[in-house]
Amino acid sequence: MSTIKKSRRAVLLGTLAALALGASACGSSGDSNPLGGGSTAAASGGGATAGGGSGSTVVIGSANFPENVLLGSIYSQALKAKGVKVEEKFNIGSREVLYGQLQSGNLTVLPEYNGALLAYLDPKSTAVTTQDVNAALAKTLPASLGLLDSSPAEDKDSLSVSQETADKYGLKSISDLAAKAGEFTIGGPPEFKSRREQQFKDVYGLTFKEWKPTADTTANALKDGGIQVGNVFTTDPKIVQYKLVPLSDPKNLFGAQNVTPLVNKSGLDANATAALNAVSAKLDTAGLTALMKRVAIDKEDPSTVAKDWLKSNGLG
Amino acid sequence: MNWLNWLSDFFSAPDHRSGPDSIVHRVSEHLLLSGEALLYAALLAVPLGLLIGYTGRGVTAVTALAGAARALPTLGLVTLAVLLAGVGDTAVLIPLVALAAPPLLVAAVEGVRGTDPDVRDAARGIGLTHPQVLWQVCLPSSAPTLLAGFRTATVQVIATATVAAYVGLGGLGRYVIDGLATRQYAVTVGGALLVVLLAVGAQLFFTLLARFALPPGVRAQRRAR
Amino acid sequence: MDDEPIVRWYWIGDHLGYLGNLLADHAVIALLPVLIGLLLAVPLGLACARFPRLYQPLSAVFNIVYALPSLAVFVVLIPYTGLATQATVMIPLTFYALAVLLPTTVDGLHAVPDSVRQAATAMGYGPWHRLTTVELPAAVPYLIAGLRVAAVSSISLASVGALVGRGGLGYLFVDGFQRTFPTPIVAGIVLIAVLALAVDLLLVGARRLLAPWAVREKGAGS
Repeated sequence: MSTIKKSRRAVLLGTLAALALGASACGSSGDSNPLGGGSTAAASGGGATAGGGSGSTVVIGSANFPENVLLGSIYSQALKAKGVKVEEKFNIGSREVLYGQLQSGNLTVLPEYNGALLAYLDPKSTAVTTQDVNAALAKTLPASLGLLDSSPAEDKDSLSVSQETADKYGLKSISDLAAKAGEFTIGGPPEFKSRREQQFKDVYGLTFKEWKPTADTTANALKDGGIQVGNVFTTDPKIVQYKLVPLSDPKNLFGAQNVTPLVNKSGLDANATAALNAVSAKLDTAGLTALMKRVAIDKEDPSTVAKDWLKSNGLG
Repeated sequence: MNWLNWLSDFFSAPDHRSGPDSIVHRVSEHLLLSGEALLYAALLAVPLGLLIGYTGRGVTAVTALAGAARALPTLGLVTLAVLLAGVGDTAVLIPLVALAAPPLLVAAVEGVRGTDPDVRDAARGIGLTHPQVLWQVCLPSSAPTLLAGFRTATVQVIATATVAAYVGLGGLGRYVIDGLATRQYAVTVGGALLVVLLAVGAQLFFTLLARFALPPGVRAQRRAR
Repeated sequence: MDDEPIVRWYWIGDHLGYLGNLLADHAVIALLPVLIGLLLAVPLGLACARFPRLYQPLSAVFNIVYALPSLAVFVVLIPYTGLATQATVMIPLTFYALAVLLPTTVDGLHAVPDSVRQAATAMGYGPWHRLTTVELPAAVPYLIAGLRVAAVSSISLASVGALVGRGGLGYLFVDGFQRTFPTPIVAGIVLIAVLALAVDLLLVGARRLLAPWAVREKGAGS
């Protein structure tokens, strides 16, 4: 308990010293936002594979939600089955974080959703159909990155409400929210607000009372009444579990969301590319939702579920 | 220096000036949550600690238990509490109370046991009952130790309350987590800076309290030791 | 939660190997920083004991380090050490360990009464000889008390690393939370507590071995 004697002066000194340390450490990082770069990460990051060519390890990343982990696992095992060396970095963050890591070469493959990716890269894009979205992406993506074939499987964003709210206010589509939005709190992942707030205003004329970053608890918060409207994915088994109603999207604010591998071209050879395209050819929405039920409701391991699916489709 | 530019961006962003994501609102959420956790921890741990310290029974068990409680991972408790109790302040209060209670408990036990036995005997000798001795003699003389315990607990709770943001609750952790999710470095750093300022402020508060608000006799006694 | 049980026992049985791997990863991520912290704390502590002016600002700095929310530090380090790498989690944990170990080291070195020190000098001990045979052994009980606190905190804190992709057993919390699946979370909490208990017992044993005279616990109480 000798620390109690520490003087106020010492605490202040320490604050200054710590601030100075922080300032000098961060001062060396140049102009760019360090979270965006990651070129320095390659030096110390485990298993970074900036160089291409055969024989190098393909690093598969996944965003921090179970379906993306499952997709990552499917990709990973499909590649392994074709003799590709693979490293898995699953559950490590949002698109914003992962995209930067892919650009810098720390990751080689990401399971992406084409529409969401386009909305991130070009928020003003009006492309809605799978074809248009992929064409727009081909123009927008930097030369080092590329999309492989899109699968028919779609996991769309939705605005969902509880069955109770839907019945009470007669809500069927997002347009029906217009009268009530000012009284409703909307929830979604932390990045949801910065991505979509303006679009809701422009496309549907909706201004919500409050935006809550409910992240993984969005469906629970809808059920518990903490929020009235929530951004829930269409393949989320919680929609069935908690009796949520995804509102229809007549103005196509949420465009196509086909599961598509996004890759850093330099890290992938023809063999690996073919293996991933073979996965996309077989994966559809109903199949994906069935797999998601096994992962999220039956609590089976994503890797087990992925292996079963690959086997039954002759890919594993 | 761009580091300072980021911070000024963070502090001047319109969203951070007013509304639910404003700095004032996030700081008050953070303080409220931390304060509530400390209050419950104190109500739980201090009376128990005083009693155990006074009777001398179960001191070893309590010390061991407090050590073991330190191992409980806050993230694990928060996620489990959300699954079992639903999203809400309760889910975060449980792990924060579990974090704050052990240092308070140990401080209360040590404080009472540190009371000069002669003084205790003298108090009994002049006819004070056991509760009176505990309340009028042991409690004041253990005040410095208790305050130090509060200081430790408060700093830990303020720093750890950031984890609440992971399960969708408010407080300054929002800036840290949302900054990572949206790759806005300034927001993460700004949030962290505010947490540190709060924690250092709390340290200062308890240090000054120990220096100026304690009964003079207790302060003199500490200096002599 | 509906009808999901708190623990699905078969899941634990099916995943023993997986849990073992996470446990091993966790032990490395959490305990290597404590070891490095100790290696840094001893020379730093010696310097502080020799030059008391150094101690106040240093301990104030580490006071602030201890107040830094671990999650924020992990996030800030990502650009330098990479996402989902061990370094991102282990560097901050090293500083947290150092923040605990430095004060206990200094307290331990101060624990030698001046009379003993002078006696050693009078017996012809040089500074190095006195340090290794008198002062450091006397500090051992303090160091071990500090190590117990540092190790247990580090084991608990390391799990937060799961939020930046590398947290050993902490992955069980993220995974279980996302799938509304309490079983892995419970398993993670229990394994972390067991690991902490095992390390604590090991350190108590080490104290018996290295400092048999220190029967009762000393220093670094709360």
